[in-house]
Amino acid sequence: MDNLKHSPLEAAHVALGARLVQFAGWNMPVQYTSIMDEHHVVRTKAGIFDISHMGQFLVSGPGCAAWLNRLLTNNVDRLAPGQGQYTLMLNPRGGVIDDMIVYRTGEEDFLLVVNASMIEEDFAWIATHQDEPIILRNESELWAGMAIQGPQTTAVFAAACPGETLPPRNGYATTADGAIICRTGYTGEDGFEFFCPAEAGLACWEKFVTAGAAPCGLGARDTLRLEMGYPLNGSDLSPERSPLEAGLGFFVDLAKPDFIGRETLDRQHAEGTGVRLAAIQSTGKGPPPRAHYPVMTDDGTVVGELCSGVLSPSMMTGIGMAYLPTPLAKPGTPLAIDVRGRQFPAVVVKKPFYKQPARA
Amino acid sequence: MNVPTDLRYNASHEWIRPEGDTITVGVTDHAQAELTDVVFVELPAVGRAVDAGDPTAVVESVKAASDIYAPVSGEVVEVNPAVEADPALVNTDPYGNGWLFKLRVKNAADLDAMLDAAAYEALIG
Repeated sequence: MDNLKHSPLEAAHVALGARLVQFAGWNMPVQYTSIMDEHHVVRTKAGIFDISHMGQFLVSGPGCAAWLNRLLTNNVDRLAPGQGQYTLMLNPRGGVIDDMIVYRTGEEDFLLVVNASMIEEDFAWIATHQDEPIILRNESELWAGMAIQGPQTTAVFAAACPGETLPPRNGYATTADGAIICRTGYTGEDGFEFFCPAEAGLACWEKFVTAGAAPCGLGARDTLRLEMGYPLNGSDLSPERSPLEAGLGFFVDLAKPDFIGRETLDRQHAEGTGVRLAAIQSTGKGPPPRAHYPVMTDDGTVVGELCSGVLSPSMMTGIGMAYLPTPLAKPGTPLAIDVRGRQFPAVVVKKPFYKQPARA
Repeated sequence: MNVPTDLRYNASHEWIRPEGDTITVGVTDHAQAELTDVVFVELPAVGRAVDAGDPTAVVESVKAASDIYAPVSGEVVEVNPAVEADPALVNTDPYGNGWLFKLRVKNAADLDAMLDAAAYEALIG
């Protein structure tokens, strides 16, 4: 059994009585008290997630910006040092290997934060394309990671890190004692992701908890990201689906020089995609939608299946995503979700499912 | 965990309250704690005949859908509309207002195989 990887923060989860589950090869907290409560605390106050399972790659060396632009769909030339962007890494067929955030940490220095399940595969892929002056380092084992998310983020940060400054949205900064702060997240709320040396992890976790961030598990992380329509690789993204099919064209720069997977994307851009990832919301009361439930048109024809689905804790209505024939993926299209042989009405909506209330 | 001594149990975490030839069935306090945050309950049609072990209701949390099994063979004679309207009753009052359905028992002797509170408590450790 013990190929299972352990977060440097695991002792804190055990002490809090968290329910630990295997996720992407890691022993991680799925919840501490309840997914509902943890979800709401992030939407209304501030929560903290262990994200130590995520991978960190450092890329540096002369020409590495142009080199990364050949591997990733977004354009790193748009980043000044201290800025980050969401981007995707594709296979030659234009399918998604992984989605990630790339931060420009210096003129010729970048940090890539990748999905836990893809660390080895991503690094192997990147290394295959390594050119002479490019230096690659997989530092995933060295860092503890935690995401502090919620409308009270700035207050938590001020209390936990006096004298430090939060970078602006999507920004990157380092602290006096060598930690990394990224103003990014996976919840749709204000927040930051904090990486520090693994051995300092527990003390930092305690510092943020003491400053008012409530521990939240992977369960709430999933409901929060799905309410925003953010994809999860392995569920909503796959090597068989392109970012244009996934509705992520905003993160693809077809105007930049060549990159891996581009041919398919150019063709899809010109001709349109046959399928498109649709955001689907239940229109009545019913069981929570879940991954793999069939999706039908309102006359009962099966047209796809959910790749993600959940009862939205913020809206108390079913939400999910499915790849559908493009004409059906248009907001307003009436559909039905099949749950154990019964059909429940639903409709295609515009992402995000959840819109934050106006805040003072 | 609360395990009332006047109820019977089975290993799939349903509780059973016998009254005459019918039993009331719900999920145990231990089960609701494991499920957490019940957000949807699907109940059987009244009149449906079930065999022991048949999936008879579904209790869904944010994370998962769990089948609830008929502890013994019988016929569904009543379901709890309150728990359909407010699924959280399964969490807040599992042995009371969170009950799920009532069965008219086909063979009263089947109930002898159900666990008593001490045996169920031993099972959940």
